[in-house]
Parts: sequence; C-alpha cells; structure tokens
Amino acid sequence: MTELRPPVGTGPLAKREARLAWGLLFPTITAVALVVVLPLLAIFWISFKPVELGDLRAPEVVLREDIRGDAGTVGDMPTIRYRLRNSSQDQPITGVTFTDTVPEGLVIQQLDPRCDLLERVLNCDLGDWDPGARETLTIPVTVEQAYLDNGLRPQDSPAKTTGVSSNILTNSTFTLENFARVFNGDEFIEVLWVTLFYTVFGTIGALLVGLFAALLLNKSFKGQGILRGLYLFPYVAPVIAVAFAWLILFDPFSGSANALLIQMGVTPEAINFFGERPLALIMVTVFEIWRYFPLSFLFILARMQSIDSDMYEAADMDGASPFQQFWYLSVPQLLGILSVLFLLRFIWTFNKFDDIFLLTGGNAGTRTLTVNVYEQAFAVSNIGAGAAVAVVIFGCLLTFSLFFLKYISREEGL
Amino acid sequence: MTALRFNWITSPTLGALWMVVLSTTVAIVMSFATGDPFRPDILYSLLWGGVIGYTIGHRLGDFWGEVMGTAALSILILMGFGPLTIGAEVSLFASVFAAFALAVSFVWSAHTILDDLPHGALTRHEFEGAVIRFLTGFGYIFFTAIVLIPFYVMLMTSFKNQSELMQNPLDFSIDLSKGTELFRSYDELFTQFNFGTYLFNSFFISVLTVFITLAFAIPGAYAVARLRFRGQAAFSRSILLIYMVPMIVLALPIYIAFSMTGLRNSFWGIVMIYPVTTIPVALYMLQGYFRGLPAEIEEAGLMDGLSRLAVVWKITLPLSLPALASVSLYVFMIAWNEFLLAFMLLDDPSKFTLTRGIASLNSSEIPRQHLMAGSVIATVPIMALFLGLERFMTKGLTAGSVKG
Repeated sequence: MTELRPPVGTGPLAKREARLAWGLLFPTITAVALVVVLPLLAIFWISFKPVELGDLRAPEVVLREDIRGDAGTVGDMPTIRYRLRNSSQDQPITGVTFTDTVPEGLVIQQLDPRCDLLERVLNCDLGDWDPGARETLTIPVTVEQAYLDNGLRPQDSPAKTTGVSSNILTNSTFTLENFARVFNGDEFIEVLWVTLFYTVFGTIGALLVGLFAALLLNKSFKGQGILRGLYLFPYVAPVIAVAFAWLILFDPFSGSANALLIQMGVTPEAINFFGERPLALIMVTVFEIWRYFPLSFLFILARMQSIDSDMYEAADMDGASPFQQFWYLSVPQLLGILSVLFLLRFIWTFNKFDDIFLLTGGNAGTRTLTVNVYEQAFAVSNIGAGAAVAVVIFGCLLTFSLFFLKYISREEGL
Repeated sequence: MTALRFNWITSPTLGALWMVVLSTTVAIVMSFATGDPFRPDILYSLLWGGVIGYTIGHRLGDFWGEVMGTAALSILILMGFGPLTIGAEVSLFASVFAAFALAVSFVWSAHTILDDLPHGALTRHEFEGAVIRFLTGFGYIFFTAIVLIPFYVMLMTSFKNQSELMQNPLDFSIDLSKGTELFRSYDELFTQFNFGTYLFNSFFISVLTVFITLAFAIPGAYAVARLRFRGQAAFSRSILLIYMVPMIVLALPIYIAFSMTGLRNSFWGIVMIYPVTTIPVALYMLQGYFRGLPAEIEEAGLMDGLSRLAVVWKITLPLSLPALASVSLYVFMIAWNEFLLAFMLLDDPSKFTLTRGIASLNSSEIPRQHLMAGSVIATVPIMALFLGLERFMTKGLTAGSVKG
C-alpha cells in the first residue's frame, strides 16, 4: 500500500505556469538585453579602446570604373579603366581583390599581370595596401558587334571588392589612456564637485519646494484642481522648450529678467546668468529645482491626503499649535515618502543630461559627469574617453543602487 | 519667539512683510504687462505696510475705515510716497490701475491674515495661524509666478519681432492692430522650416512608441505580477534597476552601433529605440496595477475554462483600462519630449522630430521668436492633452514618475 504524501517539487501545472511566464517575458527581456545590457557591455569594451569619432567608419576599397575612348563601331579600341583607393588615410587594408564581369563583345587585348580572366569574369588580386593607397588599372579591349547589340556598358555590372581591414573597435589594441585622460587631475575633481553640488542641492531643493507646494494645496478650496494642474506644468512641458524659455528670459543682452532687475535698481548692469562661473552652476541647479519640484509635490500631496484627519483633530484638542502639528504629526508620516523620493531623485538628478546641456552646454563651470561624456565623445571627438566617463558614472550608480535596493525594500510603496 | 507673540509686534511685522511681497508682485506684473517702469520701494513698503497692518490687527477702523485706508494708500502711491514707485512716463490709466490694485489687494488680504488676532498677548496658536496665513498667501503668489513667467515669456516672445524685443525686453504687450502679422513666426516655421513635417513625425513616432511599449509591457507586467516562477522577485527588482541607467551612457554605444549599421538618421531607428526607454516605466506601472486587481476574478475565469491568455485578454485588460490610459499618456509624454536621442541620431532635416527641429532653430542666424514659436508648438499639444486628461495624467505621473 502506497503512503499518501503531499507532492514534492514542482508539478506540471507549476511548470506550465513558469513556462508561460518566461514566454510572456521573453520579448521584453530580449529588447532590454539588446538595448540596455549590450550597450553597457559595449561601453566597458570601448572605454579600453583608443577610438576617435572618425574611426567609426572602417576603411574600405573605393572603386570607380569607366570606359575611355571611342566604342561606337566595331573594331574600336577603347580601354576599361578601374580607379581604386583606400578610403582611410591612416589604416592599411590587406588582401585587396576585386571581381568584375566584362560585357559580352569586348575582347580583352592585354591583361594586367595581377589579373586573370575566366570566361568573362575578371579577377584581380592587388595585394596589401598602405593607408591612402591609390591604384589605376587600364585594360585595352576591342569592340565587337555583340557589344553594340546588347547595349551593356562595363559600368552596368558593379565590381565587387574585398579587403581585410582591421577595425579599431574589434581588434585587440587596448589602452588605459582613456581612463588616464578622464582622471586627469584638477578637471576631474571639478567635474565631480559640480556633479555633487548639482545633485545634492537639486534634489534637496526640489524636495523642499515640493513639500511647500504640497502644504499649500493640501486643503480643498475652489480652484485647487486648477492650481494643481498649473504647478505640474514645468514637468510636463518638453525640456527643450522650457530650457530655451529660461535662456531667453535670463539673456544678458535682451532678457526680461535683467531688464527687470536693472529697472528695480537691484543691479546696475546686466548679469550673465548662464555664463559666469559660480552663478551658472546655481542657475542650472535652480532650473533643476524648478523643473522637478512638481514631481515631489505630487507624491507628497498624495501621501498627505491619505493621512487620517482624526489625528489632527485630536492634536488640536490637546492644544498643539499648527507648527507643532506639522513637525510632530505630518513630518513623521511623510518621512517614508520623502526618503524614497530623495533616493530616487538623487539618482535621477545625477543622471540628468539634457537640462545642463541645453542651458550652458557644460560651460562656465557646469560640466557634470553626464555632460562630460558628451563633451569627451563628441566635442573632443574621443569616443574612448567618453566611454571611460560613462564607466565611471555606471560605477557610481551601481553603488547608489545597491544602497537603494537595501533601503527601499523596507520602505513603503513605489 | 515668545517675545514676538504680541499683537502690537505681530500685526505690523506681518503687514510690513506682506506689503513688500505685494508691492514687488504688482511691480513685476505691471512691468511685464506694460513694459513701463514700476518698482517697489522697500522702505515705504515696510512703513506703510506696518502702519496699515497695525490698524487692521487692532481693528481700529470699521469697514469704512478700511475703504478710507485703501483710498489713502492709492493716493500716496500716486503722489510718490507709496510702496510702489511709478515712472514719470507711465500713462495715467496704468498708474491709477497699479496704485488701486495694490491698495485694494493689500487691505483685503491683510484683513484676512490679521483679522482674528486679539489685542495684547497672543497664544501660540493664534500667532502661528497668522504666520501660516501669511506664508500661504506668499506661497500662492510665489509658485504661480515662477511657473507662469517662463511660459508667459515663451508665448509672448513668439509674437514679437527682433527689434521690438531689443528695444524694450520688458514690453510684452501685444499690438493687436498688427492682426495676422502677429503669427508671422508661426507661419514661417510651417512654410519655410518644415514644422508641419516635424509635428507629424513627432506625433507618429510617439503614437507608435505607445503601441509598441504596450505590446511588450502588458505581457511582461502580467507575468511579473501574477505568475509564479523562479526569479520573479529578482525580476521585479531589476526593472527598477534598469530605470537607473542613464540615457547618455546608453546613447554612446547606440550611436556607434547605429552609425555602423546605417540605422542612424532613419525613422525606424528612432522607433526601435524609443520604446526600449519606455518599456521599463510601463512595465513598472502596469505590474503595480495588475497586483492591485483581485485575483479571484481571474481565477473564476480560469475555473470556467478560459486559458491564461484569454483571461488576460477578456478580464484583466478591460479591468485595467484606466491604468492603460495613464501608461499610454505617460509614455506618449516621454516620447514627445525626448530630446537626447533625437538630437544624437537624427541629422536629416526631413526626419526631424519636433524637439530636434527646435534644437536646429537655436542658431544666431534664426531670430529668437522663431525659437519660442517652435517651443510653443511643441508645448501646446502636450499641455492640451495633459489638461484634458489631467486625472489620468496625474495618476500616471504618481505611478510611474520614479523616472525623471
């Protein structure tokens, strides 16, 4: 008699469910792997490569083909000319060959020693090429009636070229030059300091301003909905639109803000808000606060509205003043959402690129790590150095994320 | 703090500070509206604000007393001894309007702030109540101003021309007699700068992004939320982690890969890459919502013989329509506002999205009102969508805007 036992391990139903789950997740995993994981690996690879922007196009054999001389009647003796060159001025190409079909009715008189003819297929082996090499092959031919009849010109059959060039991205040259460049002394310290300032003050500022706005709207009155919608505007509008609006508002020559300040007697001459050293950094941080306070405002307001109002009534009865109620009742209730928001916003502000790039382009002492990626890769055209900065960013983020995951699991929501 | 809690200190102090806030506000509003010189006079503001604050806080006058006070304040301003200094060249109408607006708004709001203060010593409650009313008033003015001013400048600059702007940067008044000439920069953007195409491109790309994102995110979110499989917890964690990878780090290899495969500068390259930036957000928002749905309904469906996929299609999706609307709106917003990838990957003007098109307007040869008109064109659709569907949008933002 068999003993009755609960089933052990995964049964067929559970297996089917897991299979379905992986099936449903498969497209997403593939897409994310292709566009997130693969590029991340690529970034690590590139950061050890001496790659410049110009190296992205691999050297190749450029071939032009034409027919010279009269070829209108039988017996004419034109030449077919092949002009070839190496598209790169500093990379060699090895094993250059090309293949072409000679049209019917053209009889080749004399063959270049490096070429051979099989039926009507011309094969040429041009050996190894130096950087910037050029080569011209001329092949004299005679015209026969068939050529005039079929109307095919030599150019009509495109020649195939082959050649092995070493691509800087895939070959085995590695360098630590990029990192040496990135960590180079004062500049790196400044970039780090700017990033830290921007991130810390941008995050805290947006949180505090958002908290203030949430306190204002945490009561029902006519027009509360409108104001709430209005206060979300900075976040919803396209960043490029608001960034340019700010630039024009604070323009040193014809900006309204300067005109207003001068008229009110605050400053005797126009201030270059986004062009002077300490001020530009403060302005981009203020922009960050302005653009992202709606976010913390929204979260904090949602949390506030879920706090039980009985508590405040009880506190009122006990004689707690409004500030005491805020400090001893609201703040402890909001602490959870505030810390989650702080962590998330901290990471996101750290990652922010568009805002500073549009406002100052990283000039006037506002170059953060993310802007530095762009600066190195595209302004200085050194892709490798840009990738090295990206690796540094990724390292920082990994540290934040570990901390974040450890912390967030204990926190509510999100 | 206790020393401050006497009516004879509290009401003049708050009155004086409130007058500074209001006179600055009125000066800025009038300057922006007319372009004429208005400036707050801080000393007079403190003085008159203190005096009126004291009288209101102690209820020295009845209703008619306050009317008299309002009139007196207006006259003081017009005579040049008030909290607001008005330039000599300002028209009489604007001066009277400004003086009257400041006087009325101050007396009325100071009344609200200071009204229920008793004479003599104040309790902590009463004192803080007055301070909070003051801060609330200040908060409304402050937030409304900082939010509206950049958008106001954007809109009004787009109606001006270069010489008007240089002449008086403060003058945002619109000369209605110019008629359709006002919309010249919009007209030029659509006729000469191809903005019609950009608008269409942006719209088309955003809508495609929404659909592709949903097609990937719905099955994924359902699997993470409902189905039990090994690694489920790790998976829902790692969705959050993908959020954390900054776009600029990914943009560099994507740029290289697209350059080498010829996908750069193509419509489909952008359509391929945008959804991947939004899938994690959508996945995250949707799985939260799916978890909140009662599992019993789905189980009932399963018992009645539906397959899992049929359950998702016939039960879960219809129940989560509001969430789908929020997610779609949010994804649409991200795709519509996206700038970095469009900027790096698109060079051919016929394939620009709106944001890329605006970036191309940022050159010294193109007048600034074109830049602002372009910004308005990009802002208006997303704002209209946002205001029309605010309920969904707000929900979407709270659920998903862990992302920046």
